[in-house]
Amino acid sequence: MNDFHSIRSRIIQIIFAATFLVIILQLFNLQILNEDYKLMADNQAIYRKVVYPSRGLIIDRKKHVILDNTTLFDLVLIPAQLKQGCDTAALCNILNISEEEFKKRVINSIVKNGRYQPSVFEGLLDEKTHAQIAEKLALFQPAFDLVERPVRKYPYDAAAHVFGYLAEVDPKFLERYGSEGYRQGDYAGMTGLERTYEKVLMGQRGIQYWNKDNKNRPTQPYEGGKYDTAAVAGSTLYSSLDIELQELGEKLMQGKIGSVVAIDPRTGGILAMVSAPSYSPTLLTGNQRRKHFSELYTDPRLPLYNRAITGEYSPGSTFKTLQAIVGMQEGVITQRSGYPCRGGYYECGTGKPKCHGAGHAPDLEHAIATSCNSYFADVYRKILDQPRYGGVDSGIAVWDQYMYKFGLGHKLGVDLPSERGGNIPTSKYYRKIFGNNWHSCNTVSNSIGQGEVNSTVLQLTNAIAMIANKGWYYTPHMIDSIEGGDQFGLLEAYQKKIEPVHIPDSMFEAVHAGMEAVMKPGGTGWRLAVPGINICGKTGTVENYYKGKKQKDHSFFAAFAPRENPQIAIACIVENGGFGATIAAPVVSLMLEKYLHDTISDKRKEWIQRYSSMKITPARIADEIRKRDSIKLAKDEERARRQLLNSIKEETGIDSEQETATPDTPPAKPKQPANTNGKTVGLLAPTDEHRKRKSFSQQA
Amino acid sequence: MSQPTRIISKGINWLLPVMYLLLVFIGLTAIFSVEYRPDVNILQAITGLKTNYSRQLLFLVICLVLGILILLTDSKFFTATANLSYALGILLLLATFVVGKEVNGSHSWIPLGFMNLQPAETCKIFVSLALAKYLSRMETDFRRWQSHAIAIALALTPAIFSILQNETGLALVYFAFFIPLYREGLPAAYLVVGVSAAVLVVASILIEPNTLFYILTGLVVVTLWLLRRRIRRNKSLLLIIAGVYLLSVGIQKFAVPFLFENIMQPYQVERIMSMFGKDYVPKDPAKLEALMKEKAKQGKINKDGKKEENYNVKQSKIAIGSGGLAGKGFLKGAVTQGEFVPEQHTDFIFTALGESFGFWGSSLVALLYFSLLMIIINMAERQRSTFSRVYGYCVAAILFFHVVVNICMTIGLAPVIGIPLPLISHGGSSLMTFTILIFIFVRLDADRQVVLR
Repeated sequence: MNDFHSIRSRIIQIIFAATFLVIILQLFNLQILNEDYKLMADNQAIYRKVVYPSRGLIIDRKKHVILDNTTLFDLVLIPAQLKQGCDTAALCNILNISEEEFKKRVINSIVKNGRYQPSVFEGLLDEKTHAQIAEKLALFQPAFDLVERPVRKYPYDAAAHVFGYLAEVDPKFLERYGSEGYRQGDYAGMTGLERTYEKVLMGQRGIQYWNKDNKNRPTQPYEGGKYDTAAVAGSTLYSSLDIELQELGEKLMQGKIGSVVAIDPRTGGILAMVSAPSYSPTLLTGNQRRKHFSELYTDPRLPLYNRAITGEYSPGSTFKTLQAIVGMQEGVITQRSGYPCRGGYYECGTGKPKCHGAGHAPDLEHAIATSCNSYFADVYRKILDQPRYGGVDSGIAVWDQYMYKFGLGHKLGVDLPSERGGNIPTSKYYRKIFGNNWHSCNTVSNSIGQGEVNSTVLQLTNAIAMIANKGWYYTPHMIDSIEGGDQFGLLEAYQKKIEPVHIPDSMFEAVHAGMEAVMKPGGTGWRLAVPGINICGKTGTVENYYKGKKQKDHSFFAAFAPRENPQIAIACIVENGGFGATIAAPVVSLMLEKYLHDTISDKRKEWIQRYSSMKITPARIADEIRKRDSIKLAKDEERARRQLLNSIKEETGIDSEQETATPDTPPAKPKQPANTNGKTVGLLAPTDEHRKRKSFSQQA
Repeated sequence: MSQPTRIISKGINWLLPVMYLLLVFIGLTAIFSVEYRPDVNILQAITGLKTNYSRQLLFLVICLVLGILILLTDSKFFTATANLSYALGILLLLATFVVGKEVNGSHSWIPLGFMNLQPAETCKIFVSLALAKYLSRMETDFRRWQSHAIAIALALTPAIFSILQNETGLALVYFAFFIPLYREGLPAAYLVVGVSAAVLVVASILIEPNTLFYILTGLVVVTLWLLRRRIRRNKSLLLIIAGVYLLSVGIQKFAVPFLFENIMQPYQVERIMSMFGKDYVPKDPAKLEALMKEKAKQGKINKDGKKEENYNVKQSKIAIGSGGLAGKGFLKGAVTQGEFVPEQHTDFIFTALGESFGFWGSSLVALLYFSLLMIIINMAERQRSTFSRVYGYCVAAILFFHVVVNICMTIGLAPVIGIPLPLISHGGSSLMTFTILIFIFVRLDADRQVVLR
């Protein structure tokens, strides 16, 4: 009996021991053999907090800080902590919102980020609101708090197009650049230098490891911050821009549509890039950013659009300088060749292109100085019809090659996004249009920079810089150097001297002489000479049409100075500004003086006022503006009508749809026609604009 | 004057109380580590009784007073009141149906104002005493099957009430009483039949009915072939095999489905199924609706029964697994500090130890429990009276069941059936029960030379 029991006792003890052995084996398995759980624990219990460094600055050629940072504050809410008390009424008062709005925002925060995560309640507070909230912060804590937010600051209210703007990254952006560490809610450069140099400007994000709890709230630094990495501020960019020149350019271009580009021919560095109309870069920071953006976006003048690199124009007579060089290099003319200028070019039988002046162009210098159309029509045809190329197809191919080498017809590769390449027509294109009838005569308007030739103002300025340098150029660029070196090879392309064809200096001298004569008495731009500076310039006047009606000419001017030692090449276009000498030339002249003399002589100071107050609105844009305003008006009326109807409905209790179809409606109707073909006008309409330009720049 | 002290200390094996205190202090540390936040003033938290560890400390004080009172009580008091206390326990269980309160979906609590009493928990003491009393009676002959039936009935009656109160976990604890019964001579056949029946029921839940039918048939064919010679000699064996086979098939194909579909409530079935990691989708649309309603009603506590359970086990394994060999250090467990493990201070307290102290720490705790069990068994074996011995085995069995099931559920070896880790988990009711269980045994052991009945 006793034995029997002691056996059973033994069995029980063995069962106990075996069970505990199993437990210990499983503990061994979980804690020592299996590594997965450690990983899973780290994944869920460690929070990687990204620390954003301040973005890099931009400094101009005279060491002015032109792009800076400042700190604004976000009012941040953790909804779960509202229970601990908050003076809602006072807060609503400061923010100027209703209690309902307050509740709505709280619910939005909960929906967006949950109860325990901070959400931005009111972003980027202005100074006054910030001060008011900061003063009474204790009343709103712990639910509300102020969190610093670095924002861009623009010490000079200029160069908005050059800098571009920052915006919250969208899903598409994340898809493309997500691997570079962007996350939802991050800000990144979207246009301009902010975009091109994003990698450099963003700096290096720091990472802090925090322990977090089951609701994803960080609790304390992980391992006392042993594994944290510090954030490295973005590098400073040294720009070739001259901010004062830029400011002057923007001032002069006020109220006009067009652009100005100035380049230092010795380096290819861009001195100024004006696109008119412009906007204040500060508009796209701060908490009104969204509102401002949509206003700018829907403005028919397309202020967000950088016309200097995206606007493609017929370069007009400024293009003749290049024709002269090709003609001499090809040997079809010399600098002493002459051609009669009898009011038009008659060798193609049409008398077109017509001449502005009359008389005789005894040599190249005079032809350039008086901008003789027939002279260059002749040069162009001679180049194309050279017997040694055996036909106009190969003739134009040779001509195209020169144009490409001069930087036309393709993107230059400036360090700004969304540059366009312009157009240099090919024989393939003409074959399609004229079939076997195509010969040098039906494309003769190319000779004077009209017809199918299109270029951006940047390309034109670059060509002028190349002429100034007598045959070479550096790819135009905004940024000369980067603090800490060019780690990403962003600047390599701008350090290579480009010398496309070897052309003897004498040929350039001849063109320089012609351009210099432009600014001398008898030349098209002589009134605009700057005393003490030997300017080489060339006017341009481009015919254009809108809805089949001839409009006022586009005003062009391109120049470099001083002739003997070129320091600046510059080109300007003012849409529908008239003759080149009327408006584009004075703008260029003033900017040349400002850059080379660092100041404007007293005598010419009043010009600044005169030209900056000149308002020129092209018919096409005036139409768009009218259209927009009438839509807005119609919408306002419609809204007012609906409100009235609603109030009537409330009073009378009538709720029938017929009511809305009563004769009340007509008042809004007459405004409608403008609406019928109303396309959305927006930043993304350059193709539209391009097409329109083509149609109105068709040459007669 | 010095007499009472002599009575207390005389014959008392201090090893058991020391082990008891050791485990309770480990528990306090663990609960503290779960709740500790660097920015909270500990002294204030303790005096304010706002935290679980401070309340557990208070419970400990109450329990120690209770323990001393038990040590001062005459051993004969326990034998004398054993049956009475059992009756009281059953009465309390019945009372729960009337005045009971629902906590976490189980209707097994009686609110007492300052605390909630769970009779199904305390009844373990009464059943231990009653079993000890019954088996130590002169007139009980434990070789007769009637005695077996009475003993089993004594042990399992509270379990049935407990199941009815939706507290399956605690009900299962009562099956631990088979251990003392086995020790006292319950034929192993009972256990074999019992275990086989349990396996059969579980198998019918887990395995598709027809597959199980083929398996059973296959088993019978193999058995027949193996026993072919004996069957030739003894034809009645064939009859028994046929009977067992038919019964098994009857249970798996008809009884279990019938029980689930027609007798039990859908949510009860759902709970049982989810314990085995299976989804329960009733065929009857009306029942499905009822189940959904029930789920929605409990939405606040247990949004999606099954998923929550999986989450618990996953987090629990992450906490323990991430501890590694030596652990992350006291108060340094990221999973614990981040409150990732639900119910960590009660049912999942072992995870806090596993994370902070690693393999060495958690194995040490397991070994401490094992030593405690061995000490109790050895003490039980040295008793002169059957009453004390049976009682000792009851205590060991209950402790064993709790410890093993609780630890196994935190390391993914057992389904989650909410039973606490003795002496370590937070909870006054549980701590008090185990204090009483252990201290009565200490008291009985002091009188091991006396024959108690």
